Amino acid sequence: MTERVRKLREQSLSAIPRISTERALLATEAMESAGMVSAPVRRAMAFRHILLNKTICINEGELIVGERGPAPKATPTYPELCCHSLQDLEILNTREKVSFRVDDETRTAYRDRFIPAWHGRTVREKIFEEMTDEWKACFDAGIFTEFMEQRAPGHTVLDDKIYRNGMLDFRRKIDESLGKLDFHADPTAFARQEELKAMAISADALVRFAERHADALRDLAAQERDASRKAELARMEEICRRVPAHPPRTFHEALQAYWFVHLGVITELNPWDAFNPGRLDQHLLPFYQAGIADGSLTPDSAKELLECLWVKFNNQPAPPKVGVTAAESSTYTDFATINSGGLRPDGSDGVNEVTHLVLDVIDEMRLVQPSSNIQLSRKNPDEFLKHALRIVRKGWGQPSIFNADMVVEELLRQGKSVEDARNGGTSGCVETGAFGKESYILTGYFNIPKVLEITLNDGVDPRTGKRIGLETGPADSFGDFEQLFDAFRRQMAHFIDIKMRGNQVIERIYADFMPVPFLSILIDDCIAGGKDYNAGGARYNTNYIQGVGIGTTTDSLAAIRRHVFENRTMTVPDLRKSLASDFARDERLRLLLLNKSPKYGNDDDEADGLMRRVFDTFHDCVNGRPNTKGGVYRINLLPTTCHIYFGSVTGALPDGRKAWTPLSEGISPVQGADRRGPTAVLRSAGKMDHVRTGGTLLNQKFTPSVLDGEKGIDNLAHLVRGYFTMGGHHVQFNVVSAQTLREAQRKPEEYRDLIVRVAGYSDYFCDLSKTLQDEIIARTEHSAL
Amino acid sequence: MTGTIFDIMRFAINDGPGIRTTVFLKGCPLHCLWCHNPESIAPKKEIFIRESRCIRCGSCFEICPNHAIARQSGRYVTIRETCQECGECLEVCYADAREIVGREVTTGELMQEIERDRVFYDQSAGGVTFSGGEPLFQHEFLLSVLQTCRERGIHTTVDTTGFSSPAVIDSVARWTDLFLYDLKLMDGERHKRFTGVSNELILSNLKRLVENGSAVVVRMPLIPSVNSDRENLRALGTFVANLRMVREINVLPYHATGVEKYARLGKEYPLTDVEPPSWERVHDAVNELKRFFDNVTIGG
Ligand code: SF4
Ligand code: SF4
Repeated sequence: MTERVRKLREQSLSAIPRISTERALLATEAMESAGMVSAPVRRAMAFRHILLNKTICINEGELIVGERGPAPKATPTYPELCCHSLQDLEILNTREKVSFRVDDETRTAYRDRFIPAWHGRTVREKIFEEMTDEWKACFDAGIFTEFMEQRAPGHTVLDDKIYRNGMLDFRRKIDESLGKLDFHADPTAFARQEELKAMAISADALVRFAERHADALRDLAAQERDASRKAELARMEEICRRVPAHPPRTFHEALQAYWFVHLGVITELNPWDAFNPGRLDQHLLPFYQAGIADGSLTPDSAKELLECLWVKFNNQPAPPKVGVTAAESSTYTDFATINSGGLRPDGSDGVNEVTHLVLDVIDEMRLVQPSSNIQLSRKNPDEFLKHALRIVRKGWGQPSIFNADMVVEELLRQGKSVEDARNGGTSGCVETGAFGKESYILTGYFNIPKVLEITLNDGVDPRTGKRIGLETGPADSFGDFEQLFDAFRRQMAHFIDIKMRGNQVIERIYADFMPVPFLSILIDDCIAGGKDYNAGGARYNTNYIQGVGIGTTTDSLAAIRRHVFENRTMTVPDLRKSLASDFARDERLRLLLLNKSPKYGNDDDEADGLMRRVFDTFHDCVNGRPNTKGGVYRINLLPTTCHIYFGSVTGALPDGRKAWTPLSEGISPVQGADRRGPTAVLRSAGKMDHVRTGGTLLNQKFTPSVLDGEKGIDNLAHLVRGYFTMGGHHVQFNVVSAQTLREAQRKPEEYRDLIVRVAGYSDYFCDLSKTLQDEIIARTEHSAL
Repeated sequence: MTGTIFDIMRFAINDGPGIRTTVFLKGCPLHCLWCHNPESIAPKKEIFIRESRCIRCGSCFEICPNHAIARQSGRYVTIRETCQECGECLEVCYADAREIVGREVTTGELMQEIERDRVFYDQSAGGVTFSGGEPLFQHEFLLSVLQTCRERGIHTTVDTTGFSSPAVIDSVARWTDLFLYDLKLMDGERHKRFTGVSNELILSNLKRLVENGSAVVVRMPLIPSVNSDRENLRALGTFVANLRMVREINVLPYHATGVEKYARLGKEYPLTDVEPPSWERVHDAVNELKRFFDNVTIGG
């Protein structure tokens, strides 16, 4: 790491996250001055207003410029979506974990300006106004969450188009589309015109934004005494005059072009998973090779530039939520994920020199942002996998590992072209998408164990006593397991219906009120169709519902089947009584459920067979149903940290789980239920039909001793390849001893830098809530003989 | 064909090449004082009790048809002499405090278990390892499983003390891809004192195996005050070196993880005064061995 990067990294790590009012103010001004214009044009004008007036920040020594806020980690808010209350600000300011500093000026601005201005005009208010009572009851009960109540749909990743096209090229394409509008034959011609006009405004705004940086760099260069920095600043000025107006010509220009585009997307709105360059190693390869060939670049200088970009990601914490509680700590991570390796569009091995360079950068930088993963195809060499595993072994949870061949297969199954599939990858936690061409929206988590709990209570949520489900009959009346399972299936369908009805409305709210003309420039085929990203302009439009707690559900059903319907060691009323009292006087019965039942994660065909049935049930309720954008719904199985929240609203369950404790995580077995080691876990998880999902998340935790030496790396590599041979989608490793974690819990000050894999992302262990910390400690440690 | 096993351990990464499944066969003619699998020694079933898990519910006491459980001031004590290992108490012990060690399996059943991790053997050039106890103690069963593995292309390793008749050794060697061969003490007297048997047969069988072309890794448990003295190391190193074709000596530093298991069997741990060797001690031993034989590794 060069001295420059060391300093920038240090600055980034020590910068204190705070709330910046800059964007809120500019957005408020734009809202107030908007005249009789269409929604897309109104949004484009707001975008332009922000980019033309926000502070230009250039940090000392940096090579890639541009900040979302006025300074690193000065975090903007998005009042048009949801406006923080004074109480929210207070909690953000004072809470122990993931806090944001809020100063008096900010408070005053909120009190006097933003809160009154936005009252009754935010998307969040609109959404809650439109939701039905039953939707709200399910939302409050913790049956599902809603992704779009605070953040915009995003969940998309860039392909290589910005490396071949500048904003001026996009402008030309927009003009072509405008020229083709047929007002006689096409009733949507006017809507298209408005959208295309908005795109044009946005493209110009980004160019102006870059020029403002160029001007600032020119001024800095004029004042600079140090000759070499002066030359650097002059070069950077030249780059900012070139990109993103024109396509980049060099490695440095390519990175700067991406970063301006990235800033554009995360300034326009706060889309989920921020934004993401996707297959960076592929995109950068031609620039890298050209630079090395003409001597303008060396591997070291390329690495330094990449590291400067990494710092930029880390400078942008995820925008804080509203309606926050002190207990809910969330995360600073905004889920941008760099993909490495995989396949090229022609199907050949995608690993190249830049891939290894990127892996070195990940290793050296050790930052939670950007997150990183490798796309591992059977065509990729083992050396690539091992390079990644040597980083994994260091125990801070990155990079995670995806099965590139399975990702392609998933995309093909969804009807994508083979090139689009191979150009795809994964983003967010584990989500599969066709990069640059797909809107793949995660709409919310779905609490599968809660559905079972409600099934056992004839549609009533025992936590609140409210009836929110169907009357599927008292559980005592089920004569056999199939009757119970059928009731479970019907309850599931009922809740999915409620969730989807809400989704359809929310989708239209974004389409009609919150278009994103800038993002639309970047995703095919929005320009060609003159249609916004949020309105279905992308080539592919997929919506997901993410199932949580499949392990807990499976084990609960397996226990009921075994003890109630097969061995008849207990009756349904007995079981319900014990659950209602959280096993208060019945530890022995809890142990029966816990210890004497088939458990998912042990390569036990009985339990794993049930897992497949739960999977099918969830899949069949969701998969293939239409959304409002011409696409369909599909399922994902990933929790982020939602298994903790869902656990906190779910009572005791028949697998012996105590009330309010976390559910199983991703497709991992219930914490501690896997007793036959990692190969058994992988075999169990391998029985799931991953190809019918858009991503599954499997967490494996190892103590460092298993991974000692080259042999340890080999073992890990074989586990990964073995799992992927069985069709697994993703696996990630936590390599740390429980002892270390407990120590960190006791002495957080000494372990500030301890990063662990949480779900589809890594985070600082000390920033996690106590419950989440405990849960990570409890995840089975697999130790070898 | 049936045999008695007491455990199957998957993802075994220290019992031969690659990722393996290790099958533990019950019964051993030796009685090494440091044995960390005391439940492996007796050929018959035994009852294992994890006192710390017991919630004192008394269910085992009530169900035992043989009156092998007594109540003593709120605790439930199993009288091992009376216990018939019928397993009925296990069913009602929801706390999983009770276990019968040793179960009969057929060749077919065992193969099914072995096959489960096939995908990982294929990836890692791993396979199955038979350990114990002394796997040769049930050599007929072992042979039938080994032969089936050969038919199905699964790599086999046998982890043995070598204490068996030469004829058995020969027949097993035909179907075994790799031996992990335990050598403990070169001095016959001391060997008898610490393991209960003389080492003559063990040494001659090792020679026999190597001469007949079997692949052999010698494993040496390193136990302070038992076999870590220079004299023993030198004798062992020389012996192995003279055999020429041994692949490797794998030194396994003694650890006291078996202590807990002795308690579960209601037995006294015989080696209470021995501490695990320090790192320096292990390295000294390795260096001493290396004076005679090149390929010495630390494992286990
Ligand atoms: S195994 Fe049978 S005899 Fe022994 S204690 Fe249990 S029930 Fe009694
Ligand atoms: S059944 Fe199990 S838990 Fe109950 S007293 Fe016997 S050993 Fe203890």
